[in-house]
Amino acid sequence: MKAFTTEQGIVVPIDRANVDTDMIIPKQFLKSIRRSGFGPNLFDELRYLDKGEPGQDCSNRPLNKDFVLNQARFAAASIMLARKNFGCGSSREHAPWALDDYGIRAVIAPSFADIFFNNCFNNGLLPVVLDEAVVDSLFDRVAANEGYQLTIDLAAQQVITPEGERYDFDIDANRKHRLLNGLDDIGITLNNADAIRSYEEKWRAASPWLFDSIK
Amino acid sequence: MSAKTLYDKLWDSHVVQQRDDGSALIYIDRQLLHEVTSPQAFEGLRMAGRKPWRIDANLATPDHNVPSEVAERSGGIASIIDDVSRIQVQTLDDNCDEFGIKEFKINDAQQGIVHVVGPETGATLPGMTLVCGDSHTATHGAFGALAHGIGTSEVEHVLATQCLVQKKMKNMKVDVTGTLGLGVTPKDVVLAIIGEIGTAGGTGYAIEFAGQVFRDMSMEGRMTVCNMAIEAGARVGLVAVDDKTIDYVKGRQFAPSGDLWERAVAAWADLVSDDNAHFDAVVTLRGEDIRPQVTWGTSPEMVAPIDGSVPNPADIGDASARAGVERALQYMGLNGGIAITDIPVDEVFIGSCTNSRIEDLRAAAAIVAGKQKAASVQRAMVVPGSGAVKRQAEQEGLDKIFTAAGIEWREPSCSMCLGMNSDVLPAGKHCASTSNRNFEGRQGFGGRTHLVSPAMAAAAAIHGRFVDVSKL
Repeated sequence: MKAFTTEQGIVVPIDRANVDTDMIIPKQFLKSIRRSGFGPNLFDELRYLDKGEPGQDCSNRPLNKDFVLNQARFAAASIMLARKNFGCGSSREHAPWALDDYGIRAVIAPSFADIFFNNCFNNGLLPVVLDEAVVDSLFDRVAANEGYQLTIDLAAQQVITPEGERYDFDIDANRKHRLLNGLDDIGITLNNADAIRSYEEKWRAASPWLFDSIK
Repeated sequence: MSAKTLYDKLWDSHVVQQRDDGSALIYIDRQLLHEVTSPQAFEGLRMAGRKPWRIDANLATPDHNVPSEVAERSGGIASIIDDVSRIQVQTLDDNCDEFGIKEFKINDAQQGIVHVVGPETGATLPGMTLVCGDSHTATHGAFGALAHGIGTSEVEHVLATQCLVQKKMKNMKVDVTGTLGLGVTPKDVVLAIIGEIGTAGGTGYAIEFAGQVFRDMSMEGRMTVCNMAIEAGARVGLVAVDDKTIDYVKGRQFAPSGDLWERAVAAWADLVSDDNAHFDAVVTLRGEDIRPQVTWGTSPEMVAPIDGSVPNPADIGDASARAGVERALQYMGLNGGIAITDIPVDEVFIGSCTNSRIEDLRAAAAIVAGKQKAASVQRAMVVPGSGAVKRQAEQEGLDKIFTAAGIEWREPSCSMCLGMNSDVLPAGKHCASTSNRNFEGRQGFGGRTHLVSPAMAAAAAIHGRFVDVSKL
């Protein structure tokens, strides 16, 4: 997994609440057996005027010019600013894969749906929760200032504005450590293989019906 | 020892290792796999040179991409028309064969939607932890199992380690008291709950559905309710174990038998919340107040009773809430303020992991029997949740009732819940659907979904609009 330390970048605003993962990446693109290549289909139904198909060359598709991802001022964005309950619905990890493939490194919102939030950390994508009032203010500033950038310093757990404000955010210590160092979660867990085996032995003795029934 | 909730008990019994930042390594007893969210996990195992930790903990079946039409189904994988879908279903077979994982393949008699197959084969058992790369995994919580959806990286993590890194959720109790009125079903109950607490109301919580209404509910009904916990934001939905749970599990293929059965039943007796257990949040609804529900918008919380109406944006004070309703109504092609019963219905879909079990099909058939699909309804289909459900329904003659009414009888698949196979809702069409999500584009690009119960969907097929099934 790629590491996340500090990200400074242009902010692209997705100004609606309850953005679901069907919207982030529609179902037809979930047929892929790969982890990459979803970027051109990020927000496909909002971004293009036609219906997208997997494997299609998106460069000639008709664009919805009103949608933020099609506006030149946000073309190089690496930070997404969103509203509450971002990433609700389906557990599809294709949603963070699509954001990552597009070039988004962090999403700032007042709240996230649980499964999406978890999935982000397994892909080097940082979800940042800030107070709704702060998010409101950031939406206003992004609208008012072309090329508005934010800096996210994971080590310091701060979002830093060009105006010089620093907003603290929370993150679990283990997740922070993994992101900062780009560590593979499975490798860390397997370092505890003895603990897993020991638990498993006790659990098998207590609940033998949970073992060996499916062959 | 302090009083514990059912969730506390399930969590505590599965902690392998507590970490100092509040997260823990949790043991996973069962993983269900399907073709959409597993290929990258298997590929990850291969690339790292890892093997599954415990083969017998896993059960696989393809469901999302599987055709529901007999013709497209007849030749097995080879007859799937869409190239990308075909490769994905084939990849599941290849991965399960390579790693030795038990799979009900596309035309196996036991194939079906994972959340229907797990319970009906006894792969889902009380007291276990169960995960699947699918948000509707909460379904299995109906058995007093700790079950939730995970992403593909976590699918790989569970395959490789039999564990997940988790943080304990908070406890919420949703208490629905009293009894349900005529024509009011488990689907209406869960839609009413989502309408009450909102689509993010359960975020961060494990919800236990408690109260007389759930005690009186069948296992199928409890599965419908737990299935949609995620539409209220909760990854986990739970119902306490009782005699109905035990009776349902008994004798199933992967369930214990003989002495082991007796031991298991004794252990499962504790799978209830203790008296005085602490819940961080409690929501109470009266069963008598719940009416048949219909969603009018693009989030499951945008729901109204059948005798209600679509909201009028002009009546909404909060600007961002108003904008959300306006956007939803624009997408749905509806005018604010119209009666729910005035919404036209173009298509009807009865199926999905929410409502494709035998009881659902019986409820739909009871409404349809002896009647005809309205001429204005362009297509109506019933898609059973599994091969077992399909055979049972055919033994009871339900298929004949549907086909005689002009309603199509299909093969088991996720089908038009999300349209990854050929069953896609055309743009602009209104669909009465027993599925779980009415998001923009969910059933098809531009499609307009109205979530309802099987009885309500069947009645909509007959009348060409939403009607109050309690008055039929």
